Amino acid sequence: MNNETPLLSVTGASHRYGERYGCRGVSFDLWPGEVLAVVGESGSGKSTLLGMLAQRLALDEGSIRYRTARQTSASGEGGASEDLLDLSTLSEREVRRLWRTDWGFVHQNAADGLRMHVSAGGNVGEPLMANGWRHFGQIRAEAEEWLRRVEIPTDRTDDAPTLFSGGMRQRVQVARNLVFGPRLVFMDEPTSGLDVSVQARLLDLIRSLVSELGLAVVIVTHDLAVARLISHRTLVMKDGAVIESGLTDRVLDDPQAAYTQLLVSSILQG
Amino acid sequence: MTYDATNRMPQDAVLSVQDVDKTFTLHLQDSHQLPVLRGMTFDVPRGACVVLGGESGAGKSTVIKMVFGSYGADSGRILLRHQDSVMDLVTAQPRQVLAARRETVGYVSQFLRAVPRVPALDVVAEPLVERGVNRAAARERAGELLARLSIPERLWKLPPATFSGGEQQRVNIARGFIIERPLLLLDEPTASLDGRNRGVVIDLIRESLGHGTGMLAIFHDADVRDAVADLTVDVQSFTPVREEVLA
Repeated sequence: MNNETPLLSVTGASHRYGERYGCRGVSFDLWPGEVLAVVGESGSGKSTLLGMLAQRLALDEGSIRYRTARQTSASGEGGASEDLLDLSTLSEREVRRLWRTDWGFVHQNAADGLRMHVSAGGNVGEPLMANGWRHFGQIRAEAEEWLRRVEIPTDRTDDAPTLFSGGMRQRVQVARNLVFGPRLVFMDEPTSGLDVSVQARLLDLIRSLVSELGLAVVIVTHDLAVARLISHRTLVMKDGAVIESGLTDRVLDDPQAAYTQLLVSSILQG
Repeated sequence: MTYDATNRMPQDAVLSVQDVDKTFTLHLQDSHQLPVLRGMTFDVPRGACVVLGGESGAGKSTVIKMVFGSYGADSGRILLRHQDSVMDLVTAQPRQVLAARRETVGYVSQFLRAVPRVPALDVVAEPLVERGVNRAAARERAGELLARLSIPERLWKLPPATFSGGEQQRVNIARGFIIERPLLLLDEPTASLDGRNRGVVIDLIRESLGHGTGMLAIFHDADVRDAVADLTVDVQSFTPVREEVLA
């Protein structure tokens, strides 16, 4: 494992809806500690791209490779050397393991990512149990610690997310997705639908946790201000293709494509 | 590609800008071409302060932003001495530019881009923390700088978004000077400071220069410029419109 090998390497990724491409020929590499924003309007293909990365949509062309050690029967974790493995060559069991240990997914709608009638503590403790934690006291303590980190008061640990505000639900979802120590987290419009002040708080929280933990993140957003605040690099998508990419501040401050210039000029000045 | 043996630059230079062109294409205005710089060439030696001169609109900030990487360059080379090798910022990959910003290039912009909710002390301490210094030590150093720049201690725990323009600028300056990098970019850092604080900034600049930092700067105030400038580069001499006027 060296620094020059990306954690995630996507080459020519395409997905078709019938005859039409929803997303075509997308390529990028992502390294640990990097936050990549995918921006574009609805219908641009950004959600389709995320769907392919998260294996919810078929990869019709191209490849997605992830740096991991191939599990060999009983050898378990550790020791094995890491390689960029094509996800299509992994068994379902290996992919399930990666979702348990390596990858998180923060949904736009908290109800898609949380068990709404299970307590906040239970929501955050569950991924630990899936990873083999057995001691109830330890699971509860770790869950409480994570709820504290996402600024949920301890006395709300036993309340279900149905009783929480939108911003609190998203923070519980963030905790549920970080508690087990993933290396790569996908985020789908995590702040849209929240009030502006609540958005700022959530974004700042995500930003500081991501840099503290050195996570790699792919975040889909239609909001360029979100991309500016938390991402290092940005892909701009239109009609299923990436039309511009690079350092986030360069894409936003010195946009080259006509469409990116239009997007940037449409930002409301706060 | 980026670490190319042909990337020659003077031995004592930390930055070498060579024959750089920059044109803005305004797609929303019938793809109007706005040439800003032609053949821009200069070096920044170690421990020297190079000041960009020229009228407002000549492209001074554009030069600084190209060196920082937030603007692209159309052609030419922007060579940076980065960790015992030479990086061409014109062709560098995003993550190489990010590495250069972490280790080699500091930037004090005209305005603080304040992150919501982060206290001033942590805004200033962040570059040290990113380098692995523990938070307590980083905050202590941040506090020293803020005190030196007359930011009262009662403000340190507040996010700078609520501060006055001059206070925000001083937070920005403290953040820029908390670690010494080989190259520091300054874009009108003293524009809204009083005489006393301008004096502190002059001292900070001189101390960094004394430790070998090279600087590329735009100064609004003549007194600051006269106090620290070693060399002046007239950006207008690389402005194509100007050439046409003279021709």
